[in-house]
Amino acid sequence: MADFFTTTTLGMGLLIVGQVLLIVVPLLVALAFLMYADRKIWAAVQMRRGPNVVGVFGLMQSFADFLKYIVKEVIFPAGADRVVFLLAPMVSLVMALIAWAVIPFNDGWVLSNINVAILYVMAVSSLEVYGVIMGGWASNSKYPFLGSLRSAAQMISYEVSIGLIIIGIIISTGSMNFSDIVGAQEGRYGLFSWYWLPHFPMLFLFLISALAETNRPPFDLPEAESELVAGYQVEYSSTPFLLFMIGELVAVVLMCAMTTLLFFGGWLSPIPGLPDGILWMIGKMLFVFFIFSMVKAITPRYRYDQLMRIGWKVFLPMSLVWVVLVAFLAKFEAFGGAYARWAIGG
Amino acid sequence: MTVAALAFYLFAICAVLGGLFTVISRNPVHSVLWLILTFLSAAGLFVLMGAEFVAMLLIIVYVGAVAVLFLFVVMMLDVDFAELRAGMSQYMPLALLIGVVILMQFGMAFGVWESAEGAQAARGAVAPTDVENTAALGALLYDKYFLLFQLSGLILLVAMIGAIVLTLRHRKDVKRQNVLEQMWRDPAEAMELKNVKPGQGL
Repeated sequence: MADFFTTTTLGMGLLIVGQVLLIVVPLLVALAFLMYADRKIWAAVQMRRGPNVVGVFGLMQSFADFLKYIVKEVIFPAGADRVVFLLAPMVSLVMALIAWAVIPFNDGWVLSNINVAILYVMAVSSLEVYGVIMGGWASNSKYPFLGSLRSAAQMISYEVSIGLIIIGIIISTGSMNFSDIVGAQEGRYGLFSWYWLPHFPMLFLFLISALAETNRPPFDLPEAESELVAGYQVEYSSTPFLLFMIGELVAVVLMCAMTTLLFFGGWLSPIPGLPDGILWMIGKMLFVFFIFSMVKAITPRYRYDQLMRIGWKVFLPMSLVWVVLVAFLAKFEAFGGAYARWAIGG
Repeated sequence: MTVAALAFYLFAICAVLGGLFTVISRNPVHSVLWLILTFLSAAGLFVLMGAEFVAMLLIIVYVGAVAVLFLFVVMMLDVDFAELRAGMSQYMPLALLIGVVILMQFGMAFGVWESAEGAQAARGAVAPTDVENTAALGALLYDKYFLLFQLSGLILLVAMIGAIVLTLRHRKDVKRQNVLEQMWRDPAEAMELKNVKPGQGL
């Protein structure tokens, strides 16, 4: 039986499909509750009750929404490019999902343990912008088009600073593999061995850039419902709209996982002595997601020129200087080799 | 057929079809989308050859940045492409003639191509097996060809400065924001409360 899954082509194919389902299905189910948590946190900050009708405490709200979306009619705007119009939400969702192929959840629990894992995630997230551009263009309408133009500029700008922040981590680790990066953060001091301490300023830059990259508030300018009604999503209804929404949320959760792996030691336990495991990973991801939700609740939206200004004139120079600094600190093994962990990682 | 061979044919067919539709599709935005498919398929072929670093760079740089710019320009342009294509039948014979001539020249050149003994094998074994190709590329670029790499960077920098200088103009009639000045503004200095008496004014 074991031979069937390791030697034959059919067996290996089935094994891969099984592993993919093992990642995607729990992720999508978790997403329903994360959406609920997001709305509950937002409501609590604003002293509202939030969803509380469907199921106990409103827990089934996301599933009710899901049903509501898929039984509605798909409406094509007049003059829309039908193929691209339908392709856009699919691109958006698929690009958000395939990035999870390289995310490890525990030691060795990873679908594809490739050497260039971080570059792969960067490549996939640079493709996510196409869902937005295609959706905005294919709608053949002015608001979606304006929204998609804004969003494309925003996503490309913040990818640059995210890339530079990640280079600092890669220099410290000497590898682009997520498992190696987490391995390099293992140390005697528990949570003080993780990269958030030596790369402290970059943690904030990364979190803010992640918000901008995933179009979360306060940087949700592509949607900006007060000026652009809802940006590139205006003309979408029913399942295509649902796909856009799921894709967006999957990208947010992906950023939570990235933050956890890069700065908070992935599945490592914060206190030396306690066993490592997937529960730590999930707990840290939920913590980062809570931060994202709180930011959504307590910050007002940025103006577009302010967003571009901090992207190019503040974040980019800061992260560039940081890369040079980390390179020197790693080369001369400053602070007891806190910046140079090649021996442990790669 | 092995999985690798199947993947190769899939990527190859996608690349060729993508290239073909880039040229013949009527809508320029569709052309760019087909071009993106071609880039992605080429990246897939790189992965099959074991050059995963180059594949990811191809996606990040070409698909993630260059093609987005293409798409922007094509979407913004207000060009009547039907009108542009109207002259196609007129130029078609000339284009075909040039194409056939180039094809024949290539055919003649490759027909008599002779490679030295073992040249094929030498070309096939460029990368050592014990180094990741990211590390191998890094060693080549930053150690062996350091000077050339930096010089090519300088050339790009000069090109960038040139483009900025050519298009930069200072407009005196535009009001500019100084963000730091705005941020450090003191409300106590900017505002003054006056007690206005009724019927007197200031």
